[in-house]
Amino acid sequence: MELARHLNVNIITNAEIKQVQGKAGNFLVTVVKRPRYIDLSKCTGCGECARHCPTITLDSYNQGLTRRAAIFIRYAQAVPHAFMIDREQCIGCGLCEKVCLAGAVNYAEQQEEDTINVGSIILSLGNRVFDPRLNFEYGYSRYPNVITSLEFERILSATGPYRGNLFRPSDREIPQRIAFIQCVGSRDELHNRPYCSSVCCTYAIKEAIVAKEHSPTTLDETIFFMDMRTYGKDLDRYYERAKEEHGIRFVRSKIYGVDEVDGTGDLAIKYVTEDGAVTTEDFNLVVLSVGFEPSPQVIDLGRKLGIQLNKYGFCSTSPFSPLETSKPGIFVCGTYSGPKDIPETVMQASGAAGSVSALLAPSRKTLVKEKVYPPEIEVDGQEPRIGVFVCHCGINIAGVVNVPEVKEYASTFPNVVFADDNLFTCSQDTQEKIKQKIKEHNLNRVVVASCSPRTHEPMFQETLREAGLNKYLFEMTNIRDQCSWVHMHEPGRATQKAKDLVRMAIAKARLIEPLRQLSLDLNHTALVIGGGIAGMTSALNLAEQGFEVHLVERSSELGGAARQIHYTLEGGDVQSYLADLIQKVTSHPLIKIHTNVYIVDASGYVGNFTTGLMVERTKYIEAIKHGVTIIATGGKELKINEYLYGRDPRVLTSLELENEIVKGNPQVASCDNLVMIQCVGSRNGERPYCSRVCCSQSIKNALKLKELNPKMNIYILHRDVRTYGLKEEYYQQARQKGVMFIRYDLDNKPEVRTVREDNRYLLEVHLRDPVLGEELIIDTDILALAVPIVPSPEGRELAQLYKVPLNEDGFFVEAHVKLRPVDFATEGVFMCGLAHSPKSIDESIAQAKAAASRATTVLVKDTILAEGIVSSVNEALCSGCGVCEVLCPYSAITVDREKRVAEVNEALCKGCGTCAAACPSGAVQQRGFKQGQILSMIAAALEVS
Amino acid sequence: MAREQVTNKVGAVLIVGGGIGGMQASLDLAESGYLVYLMDSSPTIGGIMSQLDKTFPTHDCAM
Repeated sequence: MELARHLNVNIITNAEIKQVQGKAGNFLVTVVKRPRYIDLSKCTGCGECARHCPTITLDSYNQGLTRRAAIFIRYAQAVPHAFMIDREQCIGCGLCEKVCLAGAVNYAEQQEEDTINVGSIILSLGNRVFDPRLNFEYGYSRYPNVITSLEFERILSATGPYRGNLFRPSDREIPQRIAFIQCVGSRDELHNRPYCSSVCCTYAIKEAIVAKEHSPTTLDETIFFMDMRTYGKDLDRYYERAKEEHGIRFVRSKIYGVDEVDGTGDLAIKYVTEDGAVTTEDFNLVVLSVGFEPSPQVIDLGRKLGIQLNKYGFCSTSPFSPLETSKPGIFVCGTYSGPKDIPETVMQASGAAGSVSALLAPSRKTLVKEKVYPPEIEVDGQEPRIGVFVCHCGINIAGVVNVPEVKEYASTFPNVVFADDNLFTCSQDTQEKIKQKIKEHNLNRVVVASCSPRTHEPMFQETLREAGLNKYLFEMTNIRDQCSWVHMHEPGRATQKAKDLVRMAIAKARLIEPLRQLSLDLNHTALVIGGGIAGMTSALNLAEQGFEVHLVERSSELGGAARQIHYTLEGGDVQSYLADLIQKVTSHPLIKIHTNVYIVDASGYVGNFTTGLMVERTKYIEAIKHGVTIIATGGKELKINEYLYGRDPRVLTSLELENEIVKGNPQVASCDNLVMIQCVGSRNGERPYCSRVCCSQSIKNALKLKELNPKMNIYILHRDVRTYGLKEEYYQQARQKGVMFIRYDLDNKPEVRTVREDNRYLLEVHLRDPVLGEELIIDTDILALAVPIVPSPEGRELAQLYKVPLNEDGFFVEAHVKLRPVDFATEGVFMCGLAHSPKSIDESIAQAKAAASRATTVLVKDTILAEGIVSSVNEALCSGCGVCEVLCPYSAITVDREKRVAEVNEALCKGCGTCAAACPSGAVQQRGFKQGQILSMIAAALEVS
Repeated sequence: MAREQVTNKVGAVLIVGGGIGGMQASLDLAESGYLVYLMDSSPTIGGIMSQLDKTFPTHDCAM
């Protein structure tokens, strides 16, 4: 919705790229728009056409589980909110054209070609899901109760085929036993999909938990898997909860096949567990956790653009430029460059935006429009003159509520000088009409009775501003959701309720006042805390965009955790990349680097922060003023004193081993046996998170060692091998090269002992092999421990200074796990890198650019407009008790200890109303929701009409 | 003049794909002072995420 309304976003749907000419900074793109047969500017999305359409076809939105008309909208909240005719299904009867009150149907529409001129292109082409018919043994499409995870997702949805009821397709029975089969179309050499799809483990757990919530009975659910790859932030906790709290059963196994049990619709799954036992079990419903793949159309587009694709058709990227395609000026984000989850996709999307922003910085604000509003009409002291607009919403409201009657009723009230009913109050022509009526009748308050303020209030407020009225002189009431929808079978009472709501809205409208939004100046400098790869990448991106940056590092050198990493799994040379990055950052004229400094003080709010820096030795404090803050304080390997680490020199951490390999230590290269233990100090009670990179780190070392000495016996003792996404390829490579992977459980951890034999001490690793079921003793020359990544301790201080939260593991908490993965809830503060969670270098780089991009959206503004609905304090009533100060979640209220009154910082206040509700003396009022205004509505509600 | 047009950078971006990634990139760039064209081959934007019921771990509605 935000996009649909955005002045500077043109949405082009139903379109393809025909051709791209030009180069970075200036591309000419030829776009082909397929006909929709519906005029987007006229269609209101009312749905009258679809109710009359005589043709029926399968609905792809519900994965073909339901049917729809040939004239359709994909889903109720679709953007653009307009229908389209599926001409392959349409019989051309003309009914829709006749019933469309807006006159939007146009059968004669033709395919159009358009050329657009852009400086850059971002490919966010996405993936489709694997077609499980290729895996014949799973019985998909042969047995109705074998469904894909996306189909199951639709079944669980309230807007899905069974309205959120948990039924199985064959007989609409409620399943009691559900099985999930993982890695369908993933980690599958046979079907040329050897990569891991990254998200299926987590979504299977989610679906299993949600299914439990939907089930009227106790649901018995089993997830059949190979390795549980819940590697993302907080996901391991989710996995543990699924086991412990929800009782979901996890079976490590390989599936032989799925067969229908005759006549029941049930399915028998034959599988083999680790110990070699073959079992057959019956289930009522089988969900296939299908993986991702690029669609042929997407692969074709990649080829047409001439960008480099990998062997599966994903866009190729390098570990140090994860957002760049092989063509300069064309960027990539999301699953098009390999499977990934939603937060990773959102980070990459913002990151790609940051890259584009840096590339096109000289042309910023050259093509965008800025809206100009007429000066505000003074209404203070005037008698309210209210205009009421009642909406039919096609037949959505008027089909139940007697709209003309409601309008007539509204016009009987004092102060209502105009009342009208409209077919669609939201349509463009009605906006013009509202503006005209404001002028004609000198309206100074507007009431709209229609749908949800959540979706439409900003639009109506915009109309008021265009007419010269303060946007807070608007009141909206929802007679669709509250009346025509919920009381659809009682038109008389629905009409009565609509009248009640309108009466209340009018009562409040009499008392509403224009509110001022503070316009605050903005400092255009950024502060980046942390000089590792993440911090430097953010700083450089912002500097390339033309912003001044202060880059603060506590230690004496830039580089952070990457200083100890020499090469990536894919073979990238980290040290030369790092040297290059440091050189760019140190030589950039807009970046001021502060090393050896501590942050001792921070204050202010978005646009106007002040941070105090203390240079370690001088104890001199320098105050920096900045508009945004990016926290990139990083993390490090935690040395764990387990398995004789620190006591036997042959026991190293993974990074120490890497260092020895690079140094060419002959003792390492000439090893006969080398053991690596994974998850040392991770995924346990103390640190219940996965450090995400250690599996790849160990495999990277193992491959390097095999290169040096192919005869070396390398054993990797793991709990799950988590080489997610395209990293899976290196796991397969390691196995082919003879690296041995042996699994262990948390309650059956390996033991390490030194044993004296003759004149030397042997380093022995004892463990139980779950495949052989036997005790193994490996006499190892070197033992490498995959120890956890922990956040830097500096984070704890910064969390307090900037009032931003940390999770239980000490990593920073984002505003929204999925949708705002680099933003803090506190405006103007962002995060990236290891401070957010363990991640690889490419992921840190993408996130760092994302943080820079999000920060840019603040820094480009000339001023910042504060919220108008804020709290105000009546000093005469305030006793200075401080209840509001304690409760305010935004630290916007402080009590002046001398005057003994609370003061609201309007720049910080978000208008949540907590203080107004808590104030014992009624001194705090929330503008726009003052006590008198709310009481007037209650009084109106109690009147009988 | 002709030469200037070739060397000048255009302050507009084409984003191909209207899923969650394309939408996020569009919003960021539009808010950063660029004209955005967001293109999708299907009749609506939203991508696969619009088909999801709830998302981990808050079970927020994907809409």
